Amino acid sequence: MRVVIKNGHVIDPSQGIDGVCDLVLEDGKIKEVKSEKSKGKGQRHEDNRGTKEIDASGKLILPGLVDLHVHLREPGYEYKETIRTGTTAAIRGGITSVCCMPNTNPVNDNSSVTEFILKKAASEGACRVLPIGAITKGQKGEELAEMSIMREAGCVAFSDDGRPVTDSLMMRRAMEYSRILKVPLISHCEDLALSAGGVMHEGLLSVTLGLKGIPSQAEEVIVARDIALAELTGGRLHIAHVSTEGSVALIRSAKKRGIADVTAETCPHYFSITEEAVGNYDANAKVNPPLRSRKDVEAIKQGLHDGTIDVIATDHAPHHRDEKLGEFDFAPSGISGLETSLGLSMRLVDEGVLTYSGLVEKMALKPSGIIGIDRGTLRPGAEADVVVVDCSREYRVDAREFLSKGKNTPFGGWTLSAKPVLTISLGRIHEWE
Amino acid sequence: MSKVLLNKEDIGRIITRMAHEVIEKNKGVSSLCLIGIQRGGVHLAGRLAARLEEIGGQNIPVGALDIALYRDDIAVRKEQPVVRRTEVPFEINNEKVVLVDDVLFTGRSIRAAMDAVMDFGRPSAIQLAVLVDRGHRELPIKADFVGKNVPTSIDETVKVEFEEDGLEDRVVLEWV
Amino acid sequence: MGLKSKDLIGIKALDAADIEQILDTAAGFKDVLGRDIKKVPALRGKTTVNLFYEPSTRTRTSFELAAKRLSTDVINFSVSTSSVVKGESLRDTALTIQALGADFIIVRHSCSGVAHFLANNLDASVVNAGDGTNEHPTQALLDLFTIREKKGVIRGLEVAIVGDILHSRVAKSNIYALKKMGAGVRLVGPPTLVPDVLKDLDVEIYSDMDRGLKDVDIVMMLRIQVERQGKGFFPTTVEYFRNWGLTPERLSMAKKSALVMHPGPMNRGVEISSDVADGMRSVILDQVTNGLAVRMAVLYLLAGVKG
Repeated sequence: MRVVIKNGHVIDPSQGIDGVCDLVLEDGKIKEVKSEKSKGKGQRHEDNRGTKEIDASGKLILPGLVDLHVHLREPGYEYKETIRTGTTAAIRGGITSVCCMPNTNPVNDNSSVTEFILKKAASEGACRVLPIGAITKGQKGEELAEMSIMREAGCVAFSDDGRPVTDSLMMRRAMEYSRILKVPLISHCEDLALSAGGVMHEGLLSVTLGLKGIPSQAEEVIVARDIALAELTGGRLHIAHVSTEGSVALIRSAKKRGIADVTAETCPHYFSITEEAVGNYDANAKVNPPLRSRKDVEAIKQGLHDGTIDVIATDHAPHHRDEKLGEFDFAPSGISGLETSLGLSMRLVDEGVLTYSGLVEKMALKPSGIIGIDRGTLRPGAEADVVVVDCSREYRVDAREFLSKGKNTPFGGWTLSAKPVLTISLGRIHEWE
Repeated sequence: MSKVLLNKEDIGRIITRMAHEVIEKNKGVSSLCLIGIQRGGVHLAGRLAARLEEIGGQNIPVGALDIALYRDDIAVRKEQPVVRRTEVPFEINNEKVVLVDDVLFTGRSIRAAMDAVMDFGRPSAIQLAVLVDRGHRELPIKADFVGKNVPTSIDETVKVEFEEDGLEDRVVLEWV
Repeated sequence: MGLKSKDLIGIKALDAADIEQILDTAAGFKDVLGRDIKKVPALRGKTTVNLFYEPSTRTRTSFELAAKRLSTDVINFSVSTSSVVKGESLRDTALTIQALGADFIIVRHSCSGVAHFLANNLDASVVNAGDGTNEHPTQALLDLFTIREKKGVIRGLEVAIVGDILHSRVAKSNIYALKKMGAGVRLVGPPTLVPDVLKDLDVEIYSDMDRGLKDVDIVMMLRIQVERQGKGFFPTTVEYFRNWGLTPERLSMAKKSALVMHPGPMNRGVEISSDVADGMRSVILDQVTNGLAVRMAVLYLLAGVKG
């Protein structure tokens, strides 16, 4: 099948393209990107056999986004989300490759679970699913999981996300060992003793709300530790969900000194809202790491701008509606982020923090590079993962319209202006109003 | 629009006359006590008691009673009625209580005042003294001592002002 | 004039005028409590539910008595024996109570924010009797009533609050209330229990109790939970008492006319010596009496706020 997407504004940093082009897809791959200049040259296709034409005037064309940090909840927590509903929500958000974290039930710490996930994804997934395996068995932090066997089964990275690897010696060994795998260890940086019992950012607001706080330093001490261990071991470290000014400074310094192979990600909520979103105990704003202060938000944006932070990932964490009602202390942490990620991240372009190309780098190209997959690009020969985005009209975020089972978002009622209207993934075309 | 019904001198004479009526009906001032209903009846009770003491030569106990908590219209009013001080620093058991209010209208305030007084004790009798009776009773209540009968229409207002509040002593009829 | 919200969730939502109105109304109710018949028919026919997830004898009985003296019907929802133990969610419990026709729900819970949750989800008037470490508004109101009664004013007084401020909902409600009414506030205690960030609320912070109590008009002592000593907040109660316990010597740093307050129950010998607790300057028992009048005033005023 041949698809031609005409007159869209193509952004492809992998080829240095940022302009109006036609995009030609054939049999599930990118055929060519025809710029204004090159149109009219070369062969004309006389036969329109099976050509679908899509008019994308006034719209952006991006490579399908790659999300390094998603909780699909299956197996074990299907009441919160399934591989089917999660991937459907992903493509709605313009995301065509999803890396799913192993904190399922059972934990993805062996190849059987990895194979289960891949099998489910093959039959029910709306986009590509790339499992992330656990670093330690059961994510308990005591014994290494069979990372090599899981790598063969299809895992693209390893993480105990949801939890840190608390024992420093264990983390050292894991980093050393992982060098044979040539994939990163993704670290959820949190000192559990410092954060114990905490439910929001520690500061004046947590004291006046009577909620136990998590100080920024709970994240920063482990960021510093993991950078030091990466230096010691030569392992590849990717720091998950960076949320504080101090963490950004540590990562910036490490990169400047060139002491370790470190990459870092942040999530849209850490550059869009602050701890004030908790308001009057709104558990939709309860997330781990917590929403921080204005200062931290500015530092995250600066980190994205100067390249300290390489990737924007969602940390999509859907929960059942009932779980977020009631006592704030008992609500599980997490924001359902797949369907708001692009809209929130596009605001960074509006604010001048990133260019369009920079945005695509953070959300598609760089993540692909980190896990070593050939995505995030519209190079001829690459998979036809494409998203068409309409930035011309505004829309209100309404969680009831989410395709994800998780309606837990603090962004309800926000006005955003970047809406995917067409996503091509796994050879299928999905269109929305 | 308004009209002054009673001025300072009128009020003074009326209070004197009412004091004599109280003494006449009760055959003296013994076992007598006055309780003024917040807010309008409090100053009036004070003055009536003073006159009774002059004439009767005996100390008359005077108290103030807040009836907000006994009203029958708490559920329907726009705002909660303000709760004021209640000071009844004397025994009322077996005493004759004269309730004092400035204006008698529907009679509901008096009903509430009687319930409140009953919660204080068991008086031997309750009598009612008012400065102005403006008619339109909704309950079977009658004043024993009336300063002036003023027939009014339902949309008129009778305002009583006292020096103790920083105003001039007078009774005013107001209408739109 | 009237309260603006159907609920009393915390002092944070009140302004000085609201606080004045509650205190003035409480004065009227204190008169009622001085009579032989301490009951008035004002809220006859209304139903009050006491929903106490945390055990409490004094606060619960104070609210129960206040509700009864206003002639409401009172139901005590005892959580330890109820459906909550069977796993019923907070929301379901609340909706059940509402279906029973409650007009007032007095709630105490160990999680901050529960009173807010109930207020937002129920038509009934919700009164916060203490939620987690957030607020305990009626305690602060009765404390202010006691201060006003004894001192005549609140504005311009210097009040020292001593103890575990971090975990004390009583302390927080008092800080907000005293600041709104124009008093100066000092917080005294070990650095582990007095968060520095509170300076932003325009209060002074002291770890030296002698300096903290110098020339204050009111000393408000907070209960120290003995369990905190295992967790690194302070080494032992002996050391705590040495540094921050209220003894007659320490009290002499305050003004001669200073009053000693405590929300109760007291840990004698841990935060306060018996000499001081039973001494002339203690108004601790007055606080209890005033609590009843203040709670009656709160219920009465909330009943007047229409949906």
